[in-house]
Amino acid sequence: MCGFVEGFLDTPVGPVPRVRMRVNAADRLGDALARLGSLRREYTVVPGLYCVGSPRPDSPVLATANYKLTFDALRSRLEGVDAWLLVLDTRGINVWCAAGKALFSTAETVRMVRLSRLDEVVSHRRLVLPQLCATGVDGLAVRRECGFQVVWGPVRADDVAAFLADGMQASEPMRRVTFTLGERAVLTPVELYLAGRPLAVALALAVVLSGIGPEVWSPSMAWERGVRAVWALLAGVAAGAVAVPLALPWLPGRSLALKGIWAGAAVACLAPFAGARGLDLAGMALMTVAVASYMAMNFTGSTPYTSPSGVEKEMRRFLPVQISTALAGMIVWVGSAFWRLP
Amino acid sequence: MREFRHLPGVATLTLDRDACVGCGLCPTLCPHGVLVMDGKAVVVDRDGCMECGACAMNCPSGALMVTPGVGCASYILKTWLPRWFPGCC
Repeated sequence: MCGFVEGFLDTPVGPVPRVRMRVNAADRLGDALARLGSLRREYTVVPGLYCVGSPRPDSPVLATANYKLTFDALRSRLEGVDAWLLVLDTRGINVWCAAGKALFSTAETVRMVRLSRLDEVVSHRRLVLPQLCATGVDGLAVRRECGFQVVWGPVRADDVAAFLADGMQASEPMRRVTFTLGERAVLTPVELYLAGRPLAVALALAVVLSGIGPEVWSPSMAWERGVRAVWALLAGVAAGAVAVPLALPWLPGRSLALKGIWAGAAVACLAPFAGARGLDLAGMALMTVAVASYMAMNFTGSTPYTSPSGVEKEMRRFLPVQISTALAGMIVWVGSAFWRLP
Repeated sequence: MREFRHLPGVATLTLDRDACVGCGLCPTLCPHGVLVMDGKAVVVDRDGCMECGACAMNCPSGALMVTPGVGCASYILKTWLPRWFPGCC
């Protein structure tokens, strides 16, 4: 039995698992690993009907995604609530992203309502959906196809209890997405995790390039200069994937790529890379800025306010800048190995 | 969310006021307050639109149109690169 199930409730369609409203240490560890990135691909809950508290046939039904991070966020905020939870099969993806990928869809909602025989469990015909799934779910079509009227719940699980207590009314702030410092901060580990593999390739390339010099290729130079090139790239990643998300509202410019340029330049100025000077420093700074800008541009996928049209425009403008800056950085970096000879 | 603004003048959102039946769903569903009701729906903050498509998906009269999608650079890059190229999503 799953750790979050504390018992079963008998219903006309058979026993329905009753889930705990408290997340335990194991849930917290799993949620942390999902946030870090290593567990996020297969962190799922079996789709189907669950319940919290002691729901009756007239208790509300809350639909959600089967990403366990989402499921945990919902159940841990239902203190004092008696409700049915209809977990859809969204392939372990959160509500909003699953709706964008047509996984949290009209068809999946209707399918799960039928599969769980919800009409035999509850006496009413209302289904509370999280607002953000509206990207993939046509509420009126759900009613046409399975008879359940969609009630649009709040954006955040935090507000569900208040929404239910208020007779299923969501206030204006409950209907709007936010992007607070805390909400941005929890997204940074996975940015670093996803950067891992391409970064490893870039670091290897940087060490190889660092060995090029008057002696054609020298291992001692690869080591000595390679360490500094590695620092330059890591500084770029930190600037783009950590500093930009945290300082997002305060960095100048609207494009995230531009915000990344500022953050990369700031990091390059603040960290003079273990005594690098002249052309060495210039080459490293250019690489830092290019990487920071690219990483910051990638953060568009994690923000709740960038549109595909906007991101495409930003990419057409800044990808050439990033590529040429990186190339210039590499040329200056390799060139500096020759320049410093007497 | 007004403190976060991406590039202006790019959103593909269009509203056909003649087709709008005034049901009020779109202001409820828009996560950015782009639409409000004034008898019928009105677009009051087009540059706040992130093209998620929730309004158009749920509009009962087809009055709202938007090219929906995910504003994610790595996804867009993947669509530009050949299929064998490694990437996320």
